[in-house]
Amino acid sequence: MGRYIGGRVVSMVITFLIIASLTFFLMKLLPGTPFNNQEKLTDTQIVQLNEKYGLNDPVAVQYFSYMKNLFVGDLGVSFQQDGREVSTIIGERIGPSAYLGFQSIVLGTIVGLFLGIIAALRHNSFLDYGTMVIAVLGISIPNFVIAGLMQYWLGVKWELLPVAYWDGFAYTIMPTIAIASIVVATIARFMRTEMLEVLGQDYITTAKAKGLSSTAVVIRHTIRNASIPIITIMGPLVVALMTGTLVIEQIFVIPGLGEKFVNSIMTNDFPIIMGTTLFYSLLFIVVILLVDIMYGIIDPRIRLAGGKD
Amino acid sequence: MEKILEVNDLHVSFDTFAGEVKAVRGVNFHLNKGETLAIVGESGSGKSVTSKAVMGLIPNPPGRIKQGEIKFGDRNLAQLPEKEMQKIRGSEISMIFQDPMTSLNPTMTIGKQIMEGLIKHQNMNKSEAKERAIELLKLVGIPNAEGRVTEYPHQFSGGMRQRVVIAIALACNPRVLIADEPTTALDVTIQAQILELLNDLQEKMGTSIIFITHDLGVVANIADRVAVMYAGKIVETGTVDEIFYNPQHPYTWGLLGSMPSLDSTDEELIAIPGSPPDLLDPPKGDAFAPRNPYAMQIDTEMEPPLFKVSDTHYAATWLLHEKAPKVEPPAAIKKRMQGMAPDEPIIGAKDGGKHV
Ligand SMILES: Nc1ncnc2c1ncn2[C@@H]1O[C@H](COP(=O)(O)OP(=O)(O)O)[C@@H](O)[C@H]1O
Ligand SMILES: [Mg+2]
Repeated sequence: MGRYIGGRVVSMVITFLIIASLTFFLMKLLPGTPFNNQEKLTDTQIVQLNEKYGLNDPVAVQYFSYMKNLFVGDLGVSFQQDGREVSTIIGERIGPSAYLGFQSIVLGTIVGLFLGIIAALRHNSFLDYGTMVIAVLGISIPNFVIAGLMQYWLGVKWELLPVAYWDGFAYTIMPTIAIASIVVATIARFMRTEMLEVLGQDYITTAKAKGLSSTAVVIRHTIRNASIPIITIMGPLVVALMTGTLVIEQIFVIPGLGEKFVNSIMTNDFPIIMGTTLFYSLLFIVVILLVDIMYGIIDPRIRLAGGKD
Repeated sequence: MEKILEVNDLHVSFDTFAGEVKAVRGVNFHLNKGETLAIVGESGSGKSVTSKAVMGLIPNPPGRIKQGEIKFGDRNLAQLPEKEMQKIRGSEISMIFQDPMTSLNPTMTIGKQIMEGLIKHQNMNKSEAKERAIELLKLVGIPNAEGRVTEYPHQFSGGMRQRVVIAIALACNPRVLIADEPTTALDVTIQAQILELLNDLQEKMGTSIIFITHDLGVVANIADRVAVMYAGKIVETGTVDEIFYNPQHPYTWGLLGSMPSLDSTDEELIAIPGSPPDLLDPPKGDAFAPRNPYAMQIDTEMEPPLFKVSDTHYAATWLLHEKAPKVEPPAAIKKRMQGMAPDEPIIGAKDGGKHV
């Protein structure tokens, strides 16, 4: 297991370096300049600014200095916010995003598992079909549409919840639902399929033949085994969730990292774009590693196979 | 002899989109205390459905017991509520299944899987159940039982897994054990070991066994009596000797003819021509008639009743009717029957006469 994790960490670092390089060169291909009101600046001012931020150096030089700084954890400074450290800005912005992301994934997973289990246990019933209709809607309706509908009905029409901004729990409800919808839908569908698969297995018949109650069979033998593969879709789901937050933070005007990211793209604030991209990438890579390790811990077949070599 | 289980006129059907599949169509048999009854028949003849009916494990929907009685003591299992059935399953009647690779939960230690039944039926606490689980593993011949009780199924070979499955089934000392093709998925040497284990355990624990198989070859090694099943019915039943040396039903002849024997290589296997009938729409008369070279006019019109051959031997074929022409089994099969004559006992055969 230790060697397995060691190998994974090495490949993680390599992946990260590749992403960092790709991001850098893609950034160089972006059209436009990073400076506000470029048309109002004089030529000398532009030259001075380019000089100041090292934008006149050859791309190779810029690349190596960027990577060197990256190694010591220096993500550079913002072009727009006059020399503020990118890492500081990320630090300020991460709070609301992390909160929303965490709340959505927890809520979405619980509700999704619940719906999937009920649907499978009531296979081919009205409840089953109803749940699957909800799941298909949840996957096919974009979250910004759900967000817009909620803002209109819950926020404006019925005035039940604040329409936007970030000021306490009530402000988190609509964005959480909007982000969690994809999680609920994906997990419900996946869990239903897994449950049906497990319910058809021979070992379920063995469990019944022991005289266990149907509750014991479902809880001890079915749900447990059906939920193990859920971990494998958690990685992609977290990715979907993060991209979801980008738009949702924008819609609900939440001062999170996603909102900052989108705005920095609009204004060509290269260091912020790169810093945030790398931050997201690192998060993805770590999540995927954690998912793999967790899978190994939970599923004895993998755990022991990993432990032997 | 005390009858421990008696099945009378059992009918089981499955409602499918294509219509009603009549999987079991009036099965009668009984199981005596301490004996092993083999139920033999081609795949699809309704053996598993019959045994699942006894266990109350027919999935509903689509399946249902349409009619009939499963007498176990003074109870009729065909009509017992699920809660009552749960008390019987695993404690009084147990079952082992065909494929040991899939019949154990891959994410639970084998110890826990054995303990579950003990905790449920015998009110043991965890440590008592664990101790008993280790005992059971020793009983079924798993070396280093203390160490292996916390291992997972994938750490065991197929044969060892089947031993674990047997340990689970025997955990609560059931009075009846149903083994549904327990050796079919195993290779030949392991098969022999598992059969021997079942024989040993039966001697030690006095369990009555229903042994289901499509292979007459293993029957001689394990059974006292045999019931031959075809298209959802028992077509012939008798002691092992009666079925092997004096078979009456042409279907039993066919099974004997298609049974590979270990010692002789020169004989050909004679497959039964054709295939079993469609149970969505079973034929009128004798269901075996279309495949039966000895079929008569009446076979296509009327179902044969069970004719008595001896007190223990019955067969459902019109050939036993007094007006029927006398036919002999095909020569090749006769030769085989002689090859297995009683004075030349089948290798590893059960000590005959024990229960007769
Ligand atoms: N769940 C089911 N739905 C429909 N038909 C079934 C079902 N289970 C068994 N059958 C039918 O019942 C018949 C007997 O099957 P089975 O008892 O499994 O045969 P075997 O003698 O090989 O054990 C088969 O024709 C099979 O198609
Ligand atoms: Mg079967």
